[in-house]
Amino acid sequence: MKVIAEPGVPQVVIIREFRAPRELLFRAYTEPDLVKRWLGPAELELVVNQLDPQHGGRWRWTQYDSDGKGYVFHGLYHGEPTPERIVQTYEFDHAPGTVYLNLITFDEADGVTTLTQNTVFFAVEDRDLYVAGGMERGIRASMQQLDDLVTQLAKESNS
Amino acid sequence: MVLKPLGYEDGLTGVFAALADPTRRAILTQLKHGDATVAELAAPFSMSQPAVSKHLKVLENAGLISRSQRATARLSHLEAEPLRTAVGWLMDYRAYWAESFDRLDDLLDDLKGES
Repeated sequence: MKVIAEPGVPQVVIIREFRAPRELLFRAYTEPDLVKRWLGPAELELVVNQLDPQHGGRWRWTQYDSDGKGYVFHGLYHGEPTPERIVQTYEFDHAPGTVYLNLITFDEADGVTTLTQNTVFFAVEDRDLYVAGGMERGIRASMQQLDDLVTQLAKESNS
Repeated sequence: MVLKPLGYEDGLTGVFAALADPTRRAILTQLKHGDATVAELAAPFSMSQPAVSKHLKVLENAGLISRSQRATARLSHLEAEPLRTAVGWLMDYRAYWAESFDRLDDLLDDLKGES
């Protein structure tokens, strides 16, 4: 997987290859039961509230952390989603008006599909804010590990 | 993805703004080899010392370098921590998608098995 994030440019591009036909990738992106099986880290539960993959169709999902706190994301599909490309807007419901645009393309050759996810933000600040959420997750995961370790040590000292 | 302002993104924005300029990236690369004076840093560029000083000011404000006085010259010193934070930002974003796409690999294998 390749991540391209140029300093000073409000954009992140991810490129990843899959050993599968693009029709299957398209299904994984557009069928609610399938989306929830892969999108996001395993420790966050994804609930797909709405997913209408057509021009002007709405999508909405909620990610629940281990404390049961939900984070809602929603947006629209722009243009008819196809196994070649999906264009969609994203908005976090706690930051209305801060929208970003995702262009996902699937290029298939010799049984390998190359996925390119091009995410464009209003400003570098918005990109950094979006990605800061990932840092929080990292910190939370570390805190959980620390908590587990302390619990484990407490058990060992009792026995 | 879980999104929440943490308070340090302003600092990170300054770091990325400072890194956006190729001359400033070249200066940081040069400082990896050790502290240097403005004259030493200006040498590889066809640039005046005041112009280099301007870049150093931006790098200093972003926390990417610190400056100290040695005799009559000011020495610039590379500060690694903000760079590490910037890399950490990218790592975590990478981790989010790397994990998602690994799960997608498994799902695609399941779907291939069905068809």
